[in-house]
Amino acid sequence: MTEVNEAEVLKEVRTWLEANWDPNQGLVEWRNKLADSGWGMPAWPKEWYGRGLPDGMVSAIEEEFQKIGAIGVARAGIRMLAAATLLEHGSQMHREKFLRRILTGEDTWCQLFSEPGSGSDLAGAVTRADLKNGKWIINGQKVWTTSAHHAQWGLLLARTDWDLPKHKGLSYFVLDMTQDAVEVQPLKQMNGHASFNQVFFTDAVIDPEFQVEGLGDGWKIATTTLMHERRGADGLRRWAMGTDRPERAYVEEREELAHAMAPYKWYPQRMGRVDLAIERAKATGKYADPVVRQEIAKLLTMAKSAEWTARRARAAAVLGRNQGPEGSIGKLAASHVARLGNHVHTMITGADAMLTGSDSPMDGVIAEILVSTPAISIAGGTDEIQRNIISERVLGMPKEPRNDTDRPFRDVPRNMIR
Amino acid sequence: MSFSFTDEQTEFRSILRRFLADKSPTTEVRRLMETEDGYDPDIWRQLSQDLGVMAIHIPEEYGGQGFGFVELAIVLEEMGRSLLCAPYFSTVVLAATAILNAGDEDQKRALLPPIAAGETRAALAFTEENGRWDTGGAAMTATAVDGGYQLDGVKSYVLDGHTADLIVVLARAPGSTGDDGLSFFTVAGDADGMGRRRLQGVDDTRKLARLEFKGVQAQLLGSEGGAAAPLARTLDQAVACLANEMVGGAEALREQALDYAQLRMQFGRTIASFQTMKHKSADMLIDVELAKSAAYYAAAAADGDHDGDEELGAMASLAKAGAAETYMQTAIHTIQIHGGIGFTWDNDTHLWFKRAKSSEVFLGDPSYHRELMLQRWQG
Repeated sequence: MTEVNEAEVLKEVRTWLEANWDPNQGLVEWRNKLADSGWGMPAWPKEWYGRGLPDGMVSAIEEEFQKIGAIGVARAGIRMLAAATLLEHGSQMHREKFLRRILTGEDTWCQLFSEPGSGSDLAGAVTRADLKNGKWIINGQKVWTTSAHHAQWGLLLARTDWDLPKHKGLSYFVLDMTQDAVEVQPLKQMNGHASFNQVFFTDAVIDPEFQVEGLGDGWKIATTTLMHERRGADGLRRWAMGTDRPERAYVEEREELAHAMAPYKWYPQRMGRVDLAIERAKATGKYADPVVRQEIAKLLTMAKSAEWTARRARAAAVLGRNQGPEGSIGKLAASHVARLGNHVHTMITGADAMLTGSDSPMDGVIAEILVSTPAISIAGGTDEIQRNIISERVLGMPKEPRNDTDRPFRDVPRNMIR
Repeated sequence: MSFSFTDEQTEFRSILRRFLADKSPTTEVRRLMETEDGYDPDIWRQLSQDLGVMAIHIPEEYGGQGFGFVELAIVLEEMGRSLLCAPYFSTVVLAATAILNAGDEDQKRALLPPIAAGETRAALAFTEENGRWDTGGAAMTATAVDGGYQLDGVKSYVLDGHTADLIVVLARAPGSTGDDGLSFFTVAGDADGMGRRRLQGVDDTRKLARLEFKGVQAQLLGSEGGAAAPLARTLDQAVACLANEMVGGAEALREQALDYAQLRMQFGRTIASFQTMKHKSADMLIDVELAKSAAYYAAAAADGDHDGDEELGAMASLAKAGAAETYMQTAIHTIQIHGGIGFTWDNDTHLWFKRAKSSEVFLGDPSYHRELMLQRWQG
């Protein structure tokens, strides 16, 4: 890594922000300036809207944005996973066509990986892509698709060869979500929200240049996408949630966030809302109960320890050191915190924990915690898969023997549901 | 607030780890735990002369090296890892810190240099037979007699109290209660009127003693009636240190369990290839890493790398509660992973298991510290 003087870089970004940031300009106009200058994604390469700076400098640069109230690039949804994947694996055309409009917020993306028959075993996907008359024809079904209902583009993992072993017969595509052959239906969850979708493809069409890398490269590329997803799951907050200032850019950012986040208002609740524990216990009078106090203290111990572990991982990254095991455990720790948070809020809430909606405390927020935390240990890689990854990649333990990788995929036993 | 060690700190850690791996293998631990004194004077001398660890957090003006609790915590983590048998926690963490917090300038100049030089082994006698870890448990009386003081009563659970050259004692003015009337005193280890008996401990790697005082002549340390605040501060700092010692032991166990699982063959495979073992090992890693993060944070807080004493208290208790649960759970898992052999005397796991058990209780158990933590929680 070349030596970069952080103080000089920060001075440079300050000077640039002072000259260019104006809250009265349009959001897209501003973000185009960010893309041109590279300050929106400082760790990206210079030729692709970045400045080629070390990862460790990004948070200090973001702080300069915050000081002056400047808005960053669009981040809502899975757009940054798409961006990171295309930056690493996309063709010149993909990067030219997609990256800028991801950063400006003009395009929304979704990730078409999970299927009813393959969740943890993602490489068992059976959505098919068949080459007919020079076009890829897509048939099948995806599920748990965030943002599919307003996405222009989807990252699609589909099977192109049924005679190869499962991981080798998958390819990766960018799919135009606006075509009629793609049907998006909301999927209602146990907490009553419908934040995700089921997506059905009936002879959907993809031009060959929208394939990412080559035939059979799908699993490798999906792994990149998933790695970025898990890296974002350590519970540390990543971006600002908008302000109530009146200038045009802030208003547009608020509208963008409101639109993007409307189906996900329960997301803070699925983390277990540790931040509410003490104030709620005081409000209900349970803060004097020694048993409740013990459980709150356990929750705080777990939550603070998880936060500090994530900070250790981040500090190691800033120093450019190899990440120790502390970098791999954030997602599992978040599951523990969420479960414990549910348990503590139930104790604190007492009989009201049986109620929901406006009959329940905080206008339903507490009830939403109680029925939302199971998502955390499933979404984005189950706890069980995380433990497999940690034991194999961090601890060096052997894989279990398996009987699905040594034969053509069409001979692998699989679910009846497709 | 820093969340990483400097290169110098990392180098210091690796020097210590090499030294302790060489000087404190489990064969030595087993030899020393059978002895009355529980340490090797030769190793003690090397620890002082070659590594300077007795002096680490003592300021330079008192003969120390002037580092902080972060460096002291590194020493403790490594000692916890190797189960070093030595009166280090008693001398450096408890007694020296108490003298630093309570003593006046002349007393610090007199008492600390011999500790920093490894010449004096010291102990802090504050708990009594009621087993309370707070100030309210002290009943020992200090009666003023012609220019000095005379101590009467019993101290118990005193770490290395039977071998210490110097004993820092907590006692109270007759008739006082609670935090009032508490003072620190110093007493020579061989003082007339003091009966010392080593207690039979579950954890033989760490010796506890009962001290009976009958009209023992003692010198006041610090201000008369002013011991409550320096004791509380000393305990917060010691609790943060103990948490670091504990995570060192927990990590050693975690690694031993993994090594064994990788070697042990059953049903034609290493047991490490079974998913139940892999998941248990992943959980052990998470437990230990979370406890380490809290212990490191508490050590930094003990150096004032945060918002003052109240913050330290809550953070130290948090780290101790977390480390205690983790150390014990890791020890239980490690025995389980070893199976039958893990329950034998010849297998080394029980050495750490017993240290985990004694550390779980020493300076207050997890429930005690969780309550203390909430009482002092700021955010």
